[in-house]
Amino acid sequence: MSERGVVVAKPYERLSQEQVELVHQTSLDLLETPGILCYNEEAVALLEKAGATAKKTREGEHDAWWVSIPEKVVQKALDSAPTKVTLGARKPENQVVMDAEGSRVYFGTGSETNYWLEVEPETFVSKQDGREQVFPVTKKNRGSLEYLCRSAHLAEQLDNLDFFLRNVNVQDSDISGENKDVNVFFAALNYTTKPIVSGVADPEQLENVVAMAEIITGGREQLIKNPIVTFITSVIKSPLQIVDETADKLMAISKLGLPVIISTSPQGGSTAPIEEFGMAAQVNAETLAGIAINQLANPGAPVIYGAVPVRARMDDLHDMYGVPEFCHYNMICAQMARYYKVPCYSTAGVADAKVPGVQAAVEKMFTYTAVPSSAPDLIHYAFGLLDKTQTFCPEQAVLENHQIAMVKSLYRESGVEAGEAGRIKSMIEEVMNSPYRLYARFARKMLRRGEIFPGFPFEGDLEEEDQTLLAAHDKLKELEKQEPEHLSEDICKRIFEQIPGLLPRLNPYKK
Amino acid sequence: MLKEELIKRIVENVLQGRRNKDDEGIEEDYVGEPGVAELVQEALDNGIDTNTILLEALSKGMKQVGEKYETGEYFIPDMLTAAEAVEAGMKVMEPHLASAGESERKGKVIMATVEKDLHDIGKNLVSIMLKGAGFNVVDLGIDVPAARIAEAAEQEKADLVGLSALLNTTMVNMEDVVKELENKGLRDKVKVIIGGAPTSDDFAAEIGADGYGKDAFAAIRVAENLLQSGGKN
Repeated sequence: MSERGVVVAKPYERLSQEQVELVHQTSLDLLETPGILCYNEEAVALLEKAGATAKKTREGEHDAWWVSIPEKVVQKALDSAPTKVTLGARKPENQVVMDAEGSRVYFGTGSETNYWLEVEPETFVSKQDGREQVFPVTKKNRGSLEYLCRSAHLAEQLDNLDFFLRNVNVQDSDISGENKDVNVFFAALNYTTKPIVSGVADPEQLENVVAMAEIITGGREQLIKNPIVTFITSVIKSPLQIVDETADKLMAISKLGLPVIISTSPQGGSTAPIEEFGMAAQVNAETLAGIAINQLANPGAPVIYGAVPVRARMDDLHDMYGVPEFCHYNMICAQMARYYKVPCYSTAGVADAKVPGVQAAVEKMFTYTAVPSSAPDLIHYAFGLLDKTQTFCPEQAVLENHQIAMVKSLYRESGVEAGEAGRIKSMIEEVMNSPYRLYARFARKMLRRGEIFPGFPFEGDLEEEDQTLLAAHDKLKELEKQEPEHLSEDICKRIFEQIPGLLPRLNPYKK
Repeated sequence: MLKEELIKRIVENVLQGRRNKDDEGIEEDYVGEPGVAELVQEALDNGIDTNTILLEALSKGMKQVGEKYETGEYFIPDMLTAAEAVEAGMKVMEPHLASAGESERKGKVIMATVEKDLHDIGKNLVSIMLKGAGFNVVDLGIDVPAARIAEAAEQEKADLVGLSALLNTTMVNMEDVVKELENKGLRDKVKVIIGGAPTSDDFAAEIGADGYGKDAFAAIRVAENLLQSGGKN
């Protein structure tokens, strides 16, 4: 059993059982009327064969079908969807083992940011008293393969990070639509032994990515047992539309028997209702539609309920993450997934703030505290995301590694057990009869077991300056000195021989 | 048991923070094994002199505890329990020390939280740590009037008075203690150190105290420095 992540004691339930059933029923009603607007003919055929009715229409330049999905189709899909799904890993001890009937939460990176935020200390001289002070200065750079490799390497070092979802959009001049996927997956696999999660930009590349993973695991059968790659498909375009090309990818991955996250990200106030009930009913219906297609393509294939509901910002309609509505949406989705006994992929930790600082810390800690309380299986978008999901900052990721440690400590079991009462009473009695009445002696065991949280470690020791980011920068430099645990030379050699499109500069053994 | 083995086990039990056989250690499987009190008694029974026990076992153990604290291996609870273990050993040695004229003790300290202040955690930590460091500590408790503190300093022939206050409204009473000591003509014989959240180096200087400890460890260092620099009678 995996020891990674954290078991949330008594997950928070925002909805009563009646309310859960009400959301469920409303979603079912929506799937029948108005139904979904599906742009993929094969998916329509699968749904029709299972009992849905479809009516062809024309949306702009594209064929589309209004598909009315009856309850029995959804129920059949939910019946065949597995309760337990494993995200494999190069190192078996790093596997993420999800059980929708349990309450273990895992934390990972996310998004595909266009920018990487560098932090550098710089010395300034005060105009007031001529005193020299060091402040962090930030600079935004375009995402690149090098940054992706550094991210994956950092992911390996951060002890509270459980899975690596490619976090940087690679925009190198030698990267194109045709070679992006293989290089992204290789970079990630070569720099971390934790589970890898990513979308596939080019459907043609799915085969090559899977072949690469098979070389690493030793074949298809071994890959199915230890799926070191997990895919995300944003198959839904909210509201309630199935995207043509992504549906192809979803069905192909399903047929391969590899884990896939059905990701839908409606925005409350623009592409979904802003009120919780409306959002919950729609995002749930969208996810159920995705699960139905996945399970119809291959019943029993590992699938993850991937709801990523966000709220619209009212002044510019951008996504907004650090707000209570975002937490409400996500907590309800976690509850719905548990109701269906399907592992849940959720979201926390994104800052709307553009740079690390007080605003970012408030927004991040707010969602980190709220969303995991409802115990979704996966929390993505954790570690380093700023400016909605546009920027990744590695120092911020280092800070969040410890914020997540705090959250993990927050949700552990209380330890209030009948068998402990005698020990507690005798401890208090002993202390009451001692000269100084101090419990310090009895704190040592918990301290040694790591059950006493040591505090956020980036405070610094200057009384008049905030050194948090500078301290995180120092820690990052220390972590980056660790040697990467690359794939073996033999594996790399075979991958570079057999997989087209890989850039030789990524080969760590190339002279 | 050989002398070397006994000394080694006393050091080990100081590190484990075990006063006696009933105490747990930091590690498992210690309950029932002799603690510092039993081992010191055994050492005395075997003719090991108090100076050797103090320097080679108890003080050496506390020094190692301090080193572990500095490197981050040990925390405050470990320091306190180790100090308690040393104090348990000192109690066993007490009759022998008295006959030896207390020459092995670093000095006598009166500890008190000043009048109208009921807070004792900080004062207790300093008391425990001072005992662990080899001082003879007389702890008067909380809410102690200035006159009583000065009286105790005179009666006990104290080398040092340690004052604690947590409140802005009570810290001013520390100055009364300094004045009382002056009135009794003791000020040149008794050093005064202060501590507590609202106090500071500046405040110590303002009221005529000799030192300020920002935490329990600083207090021990200040006490040692003051007495080594000629404060001891």
